[in-house]
Amino acid sequence: MTLNLTVSPDFAPDRLSGWYIFNTWLARQLDTPVHLALYDDFAAQRAAIAADQVDIIYANPFDAAMLVREKGFVPLARPDGQCDEAVIAVEAASPWQCVEDLQPGIRIATTDDPHVHMMSMMMLESADLSQETVTFDACDSYVLVAKALLSGQAGAGFFLSAAFDGLSPVTRKRLRVLIRSQISVIEHVLLTGPGLGGQRQQLQSALLGMAQDTKGAGVLGSLGFDGWQPVEQEDTEFMIDLMETLAS
Amino acid sequence: MSGSAAATGEVVREQLLTYQDGSERLATISDREIPFPDGRLIVSRTDTAGVITHVNAAFVEMSGYSEAELIGQPHSILRHPDMPAAAFQDLWETIRAGNKWHGYVKNLRKDGACYWVYATVIANLRHGEVVGYTSVRRKPSRRRVEESARSYAAMGGAQAT
Repeated sequence: MTLNLTVSPDFAPDRLSGWYIFNTWLARQLDTPVHLALYDDFAAQRAAIAADQVDIIYANPFDAAMLVREKGFVPLARPDGQCDEAVIAVEAASPWQCVEDLQPGIRIATTDDPHVHMMSMMMLESADLSQETVTFDACDSYVLVAKALLSGQAGAGFFLSAAFDGLSPVTRKRLRVLIRSQISVIEHVLLTGPGLGGQRQQLQSALLGMAQDTKGAGVLGSLGFDGWQPVEQEDTEFMIDLMETLAS
Repeated sequence: MSGSAAATGEVVREQLLTYQDGSERLATISDREIPFPDGRLIVSRTDTAGVITHVNAAFVEMSGYSEAELIGQPHSILRHPDMPAAAFQDLWETIRAGNKWHGYVKNLRKDGACYWVYATVIANLRHGEVVGYTSVRRKPSRRRVEESARSYAAMGGAQAT
């Protein structure tokens, strides 16, 4: 039987080869063929999840909620020290100095990354802005969000914090952070589907030992991770509860 | 009793707060407001009786209490006397009915200052049973704070019931 692994579509493009290397490592650990299925967007990935075509997933926190509560997935591990935070940025010469300066009617560049959008909208509340009082410019990537700001097409942009920090130094210099979230508990999680109960323990042990193993450390390096931390069901339930409070 | 702190000009009063369980506390209340920290969330969890079981670092920082002082205390330890009891009655009725509660809340710090939050409270369901509640507070809009302050003043505020 071939297992299907998939990765949240918001992974950094320069980590693509890293996920293929992880896929090979995973197949060796489980002594089972593993197929890495990558999707262009969240909608396509959710359709695959709904059709039960996913066995192992490195999931966006927003989707982790659905996977745990509706599909019976179990969290295994999360990357060490990689909490997901959001940034609202403007063009460097913008007159706006803080979120509260933003005005109704502003055009905001954003991606389809659901948790980044949710965290960013939460940070706009203090400016009395909501979905009803702003307009969105949908972008396919964070690089395009930056371009929309630099071209003046959008007045503000929502970024995954790590993606903002990963922009080229030249681009970052032409942008300015208005606000950066410090939530600390929202994070991507590696989960296994209900059919993998028998291999869960074996997989978790292998993941937690990766950093101590030469080959495993190399795989982690290709993903940009220092290691994995174990995640208990209750840790993920807590994150889901917290995100539920942030949803409007 | 009321007076002014000469150095800062803040208005300070002492007020006896009475809680639902009958306990009382003489609290120093000042008009000094601490701004909500940008980008952060204040998070706590309670058991089903409203006793605090978890607080995050922002909660500790904003409340002025240590974590050890908070864990095991009723959540009403933060209740500001300017808040009407009806607001909390609505909160409990809403979450006990299994619904999400939102509201603007003025909280009381240990040092008597206050901080406004936009709070959301949900029930923590595990295997179909409510095992506690999670409360998350975020930075409120100033306009909504001012509206809420007027509304709560019209309701007369309340002792911390």
